[in-house]
Amino acid sequence: MIHLQINIARSAFQLNLDIQLPGQGITAIFGPSGSGKTTLLRAVAGLEKNPQGLIQIGENIWQDTKQGIYIPTWQRPLGYVFQESSLLLHLSVVENLNFGLKRVLKAANSAPTAANKALQASIELLGIGGLLQRMPDDLSGGERQRVAIARAIAMQPQLLLMDEPLASLDAARRQEIFPWLARLRDELKMPMLYVTHSAEEVTRLADHLVVLDQGHVKAQGSVSAVLTQVVNPVVVGEDAGALIAGCIGAVDAQWHLSRVDFDGGCIWMRDAGLPVGKAVRIRILARDVSLAISEPTNTSIQNQLRGSIQSMTPDKHPSQVMVVLKCGAEEVLARVTKRAVNELALQVGMPVWAQVKSVALVA
Amino acid sequence: MSRKDSALRNLWCRLYPTHVEYRQRTRLKALRRKLTRMILTPDSWQAIQLTFELATLTTLLLLVLATPLAWWLSQTQSAWRAPIHALVTLPLVLPPSVLGFYLLIVMGPQGPLGQFTQSMGWGVLSFTFTGLLIGSILFSLPFAVQPLQHAFDAIGSRPMEVAATLRASPLDAFFSVALPLAKPGMVTAAILSFAHTVGEFGVVLMIGGNIPGQTRVVSTEIYGHVEAMEYAQAHLLAAGMLVFSFVVLLALALMSRRQRQVMKR
Repeated sequence: MIHLQINIARSAFQLNLDIQLPGQGITAIFGPSGSGKTTLLRAVAGLEKNPQGLIQIGENIWQDTKQGIYIPTWQRPLGYVFQESSLLLHLSVVENLNFGLKRVLKAANSAPTAANKALQASIELLGIGGLLQRMPDDLSGGERQRVAIARAIAMQPQLLLMDEPLASLDAARRQEIFPWLARLRDELKMPMLYVTHSAEEVTRLADHLVVLDQGHVKAQGSVSAVLTQVVNPVVVGEDAGALIAGCIGAVDAQWHLSRVDFDGGCIWMRDAGLPVGKAVRIRILARDVSLAISEPTNTSIQNQLRGSIQSMTPDKHPSQVMVVLKCGAEEVLARVTKRAVNELALQVGMPVWAQVKSVALVA
Repeated sequence: MSRKDSALRNLWCRLYPTHVEYRQRTRLKALRRKLTRMILTPDSWQAIQLTFELATLTTLLLLVLATPLAWWLSQTQSAWRAPIHALVTLPLVLPPSVLGFYLLIVMGPQGPLGQFTQSMGWGVLSFTFTGLLIGSILFSLPFAVQPLQHAFDAIGSRPMEVAATLRASPLDAFFSVALPLAKPGMVTAAILSFAHTVGEFGVVLMIGGNIPGQTRVVSTEIYGHVEAMEYAQAHLLAAGMLVFSFVVLLALALMSRRQRQVMKR
């Protein structure tokens, strides 16, 4: 469990929050620029002064102004990946990797063999074995960020802080790093706070989501819960929609389709070449879902989910209603017109069929 | 030809080359001695030696003193920053005679520093090498502080933050990150302080006097030669200074160009 109370006031900006986050997985801190994401991360690291608050990571208190506890940045067992390249330019890649590790070992008085193991693991995890003797100036932007990430995780920190690690990269480099980040999430047990303003990164990577707006927490919770919340809706990306975790259940080679199974049904989608059993995330936008009160037949729409109406909320436009369906354990959003609600006499609790016109594979 | 003759000749042939070599060598040595005497008097040699001793010591002490000062100036948000910065820069614009005059007063028998050194049994520092060294350090202070401060400013706060997130204490980070990254600034500071000390005149004259072997450096030696109408000697020393200064500035210019190229990459 991570408990953060941060209260920072500057002339044109305020950050006030008190949140508890799970002690594992990736927590994305999402929001527009100027919403205080980076300031939040810097306060957790102790790089930004948090004049009044509490930073507690598991059992460890890094700051508590009430008890007068303040641990300086260099004594906090954290890893920090900055937005732009932060490699120390006078050191080679391997010296950069060793910089933090050496000091961790010295403080812990532990054997260098353990260090070598951690170092090797992080080098392998990020695929930078071929770069070790190079100088930072001779690396591409993507390689530099991979080294920076490896340098942070080699220290085996209690908490990994990442400040838009992909923002300084072009689209191609970003795609190059994504798989490594997904590996980090799946293979490391360390919790991460991941600052981003990219919908793609949230939907692909995050387990937990904190949405910041003008220095305040607008929403927080598991990523699928936050994305389907209709009171104070949070729009991540182009439109509201559900994010569903499942796995590939079958592949239809003849029609080039694969089936994603999840708790609540299954969805056929374009075959992306993923093997059966592979864990995936799919995104279903509200505008791509229509509702029927009986099982639809004679339709070109291949995907139908059974569920019941959990709530109906007026949408932004007066003609529209946002309907939340409960399909098994998952929630699906559907945007329909008020007239349709009236004609079908839809009511909360009613069983319905959701027809899904299109699905996107996000990870 | 008798047998004895041939034996003698044999010996002569064997000895002759070494003999020639020996004669050549002694002749060369004599020539060099003569030339040296003609070109530079022992006094001048002594002045040159003293100049380099002074410049080397000044540079080393300045690096030790100026580095923390420049670091403080580049990092602090204290209200003292501006006045201290102005104070450090003062020797750049002040006439050396003014600086020398105040130093003379402070170090003299009635001055606070003079009183202190006398009470410690060290005597008075004015007109001594130590006094000259103190004057040189103060006089060249901006030449060491400014390049260092610029180098520290150019590093920015990010590398120090990175070091902190990698478990380096502030002192550790200063030595393992800030100093190595500021190396070009340190080299510039060293070269400039050295060259500037070699070239100083006013302060030396004011607080050093012109004591041979004690406080007589090249610049004052030149002055002495000119006063004594020894233009040949003055010419030599002056030309030497000119070449030295040019080479130093050329080296700096080449270095900064290479630095820029590295930065561009």
